[in-house]
Amino acid sequence: MSGDLRDLYQEVIFDHYRRPRNCGPLADASHHAEGHNPLCGDRVTIRLKVDDGIVQDVRFEGAGCAIATASASLMTEALKGRKLDEVEALFRGFHDMVTDVPASASPDLGKLEVLAGVREFPARVKCATLAWHTLKAALARRPQPVSTE
Amino acid sequence: MKMEREVLCMLPNGFDAARHRADFPVLRERVNGHPLVYLDNAATTQKPQCVIDTLVAYYAGYNANVHRGVHTLSQRATDAYEAARATVAQFLHAPSPAGIIYTRGTTDAINLVAQSFARPRLVPGDEIVISAMEHHSNIVPWQLVCAQTGAALRVVPIDDAGEFQFDAYETMLGPRTKLVAVTHVSNALGSVTPIERIVARAHAANVPVLVDGAQAVSHLPVDVGALDCDFYAFSGHKIFGPTGIGALYGKTEHLEAMPPYQGGGDMIRSVTFEKTEYNDLPYKFEAGTPNIAGAIGMGAAIDYVAGCGIHAISVHERELLAYATEQVSAIPGLRIIGTAKDKAGIVSFTLHGVHAHDVGTILDNEGVAIRAGHHCAMPVMEQFGVAGTARASFALYNTRGDVDALVAGIDHVQRMFR
Repeated sequence: MSGDLRDLYQEVIFDHYRRPRNCGPLADASHHAEGHNPLCGDRVTIRLKVDDGIVQDVRFEGAGCAIATASASLMTEALKGRKLDEVEALFRGFHDMVTDVPASASPDLGKLEVLAGVREFPARVKCATLAWHTLKAALARRPQPVSTE
Repeated sequence: MKMEREVLCMLPNGFDAARHRADFPVLRERVNGHPLVYLDNAATTQKPQCVIDTLVAYYAGYNANVHRGVHTLSQRATDAYEAARATVAQFLHAPSPAGIIYTRGTTDAINLVAQSFARPRLVPGDEIVISAMEHHSNIVPWQLVCAQTGAALRVVPIDDAGEFQFDAYETMLGPRTKLVAVTHVSNALGSVTPIERIVARAHAANVPVLVDGAQAVSHLPVDVGALDCDFYAFSGHKIFGPTGIGALYGKTEHLEAMPPYQGGGDMIRSVTFEKTEYNDLPYKFEAGTPNIAGAIGMGAAIDYVAGCGIHAISVHERELLAYATEQVSAIPGLRIIGTAKDKAGIVSFTLHGVHAHDVGTILDNEGVAIRAGHHCAMPVMEQFGVAGTARASFALYNTRGDVDALVAGIDHVQRMFR
């Protein structure tokens, strides 16, 4: 039984798909990585400026479907001004939410919760997590492009 | 809605898709509250009851290893396994069942030819010619053998319609060309290649040809004798048979000259630690206990297709393709990827402002199963400047009602994304 389409395609998601925030290059980035979803060929690049353990700026390029693009856009909004340990907590919280793992100590995900509907569509979880896995690779300074496979 | 579909599926050529549809139990399933509309046949086809019954009959009635036992069940299993090989040979119009090698599928068959036929013959500077619309399974095995031998891959371009560029192909054939490996039908675009001319032109230059028939065998009549190709590969699961089984047709003179692909039981005549003698064709290429149920099931599937009539299927699907092309062409913002003059039942498309994945999810919610993505043909996607497409692909049991459900689904996608 598939979930309700409207839970997946919420208005906020269409809004971020049509008008993605923080989309474009970022000069003087301190961290960057490229992510790839081999299932559909989508690619995303995440660039961050981290200073003093705080995400000063973050931008993305690429993505693809409505879910992947909106997720990347919402992620960049959620990350700005966050300390790196908060970023890690957000990653875990987001991941648990979309993979339907009961979160033990869930942080306040705020607007990111519009993507909770993805857990009813297992084929689309990778779309929602592409930007987040790429973010993790960027912060870990892993040189190889990350893959959702 | 159901009545309407039943009326619509009687096509002018008299082929009764509704009658055949009833042979496929999965097509009675409901998906997300809707009747299943299965339009992902290029990925895999559904199985008729007779194939399912054949698998059950083997496992429930005469499961045994082949070519081994003196007992009754082993003889029955061997007889059924070899009868299926004869069925494959007859279906492809191959001169003898000895030229039919069971494989895991098309991919396995192509790898067999790459490693057993091409690899020993290739030296640095030699060339293998493929086309720009090959599935990854007819690209990567050749890249591997090129890396092993120092040979190079040459790629025949396709035009913006997805047509094989014959003039460019002719200029690529030369003294260094050792093999041509080309698809019969493109899985991403539906283009039917001019395979007779491709083979004839290669043979004029003394170059053998492998044909990837994965997308052809359930849609078009195939006659390897008339075609005169050197190798023809296909998969059982794309012709209503089980997964994990397929076949390679090869000309006997090639197969006899080729070393075994894998070593093990069944492919030998005698083994000592000093010298092993290999078995005759086709067993030389079938090491280990094979996919017995799969082979027998594939035979049943081919019998089923032959019973429907491959010519009638071909006509039915062409009419369905023409109807689908006309219907989806009328949708604003829809671009058909692959508009070759000669096409088999595939409509690959993009929708303006909507990613193929979103199209796939929304259609699925209405019970319409299509493929969304790069279709294991990333170079094709690159040529058309898209990351992926949505692809509807037809089989003998599809009807105009299925196309109407697709069109209604696309309309829903567009309303959601407006």
